Amino acid sequence: MEVKRPLPQIPAPVWSEFKDLQEWEKHHQERPGGDKTSEALASIAEAIHHFPGGWIVTTSTDKIFNWARKSSVWPVTFGLACCAIEMMATFASRFDVERFGMVPWASPRHSDLMIVSGTVTIKMAPMLKRIFDQMPDPKWVVSMGSCANSGGPFRHGYHVVKGVDRVVPVDVYVPGCPPTPDSLMYGLLKLQEQVAEFQKTGARPTPTELP
Amino acid sequence: MTPAAASSLIQERFAVNATVTGTELGVILPPARWGEFAAFAKGTLGCTYFNWLTAVDWKEQGLEVLARVEDLGAPLVVTMRTRLDPGATHCATLTGVFRGAGWMERECYDMFGVVFDGHPDLRRILLGDDWEGYPLRKDYAVDTPHAPYR
Repeated sequence: MEVKRPLPQIPAPVWSEFKDLQEWEKHHQERPGGDKTSEALASIAEAIHHFPGGWIVTTSTDKIFNWARKSSVWPVTFGLACCAIEMMATFASRFDVERFGMVPWASPRHSDLMIVSGTVTIKMAPMLKRIFDQMPDPKWVVSMGSCANSGGPFRHGYHVVKGVDRVVPVDVYVPGCPPTPDSLMYGLLKLQEQVAEFQKTGARPTPTELP
Repeated sequence: MTPAAASSLIQERFAVNATVTGTELGVILPPARWGEFAAFAKGTLGCTYFNWLTAVDWKEQGLEVLARVEDLGAPLVVTMRTRLDPGATHCATLTGVFRGAGWMERECYDMFGVVFDGHPDLRRILLGDDWEGYPLRKDYAVDTPHAPYR
């Protein structure tokens, strides 16, 4: 039997073709020109705050806004690995985080929370960053499980990011391998406490500095 | 084909002694006859099922490429292996014989850096395109920096 000649080369996808979309996202997400609407609102709030007696209005509206924020934290449907199974169980009827106002939403553009549920590989990290960038401010991140916290059992592997806080800023770390739905729910309640105290600082915390 | 008959055919055609363990044959080949043996195993021995292909890094002794082909009906299992020269990374491709070898050879290239000559689309399959080095080689340091994540 003859050894057949190999077939002609299959064209590889050229990622540079998507350059425009990336440029577009970079422009719109990182807002090089600043966030004009938020700045205008902030200056109005500042003016009311410094008006005699105005602080009563601003602080109480802050409380109302934060209550509203904490009561409708929508996590983006984003599962990475086996932790995602526990995350799905948390979303499902038995544990039912919908009673805290958390609706798993299938679009990052409507979501407030990203639950990083699983191992983040070096290949996956840019995509994760991109989904995070697509979420509107204010946004939060829960790192779920040992892998997302620190790399976990794969920490000494060749392809694993040693903790997702090197990619995106993390607000709550939930330990476990995988964490039970109860642990994750506890983490989400802790996050709600954090959101209830949310103050607009005008800037997101930066990810952990790389060594 | 029985293992004994297959063994004698291999002896006759390739002048190598195959080790026989039950229905399993182990064949050590020179790199030059790698593709030829695969065609022979498929056409003459009837091993039409390509099971897997991988490599072993024997450090300064060079890389070893292994593949396992099977005749599921007989049953007959042939583990073919070839030792590349120290420092050599080129090996013949099996994609002309077994179409399914394509992705396994890509993975082998990805992890060990074995370049399969004549492969139609030899690029990385699991790691990113910008990856440097071959992580399953013995001389690959686990903490090799990969900006900006490590």
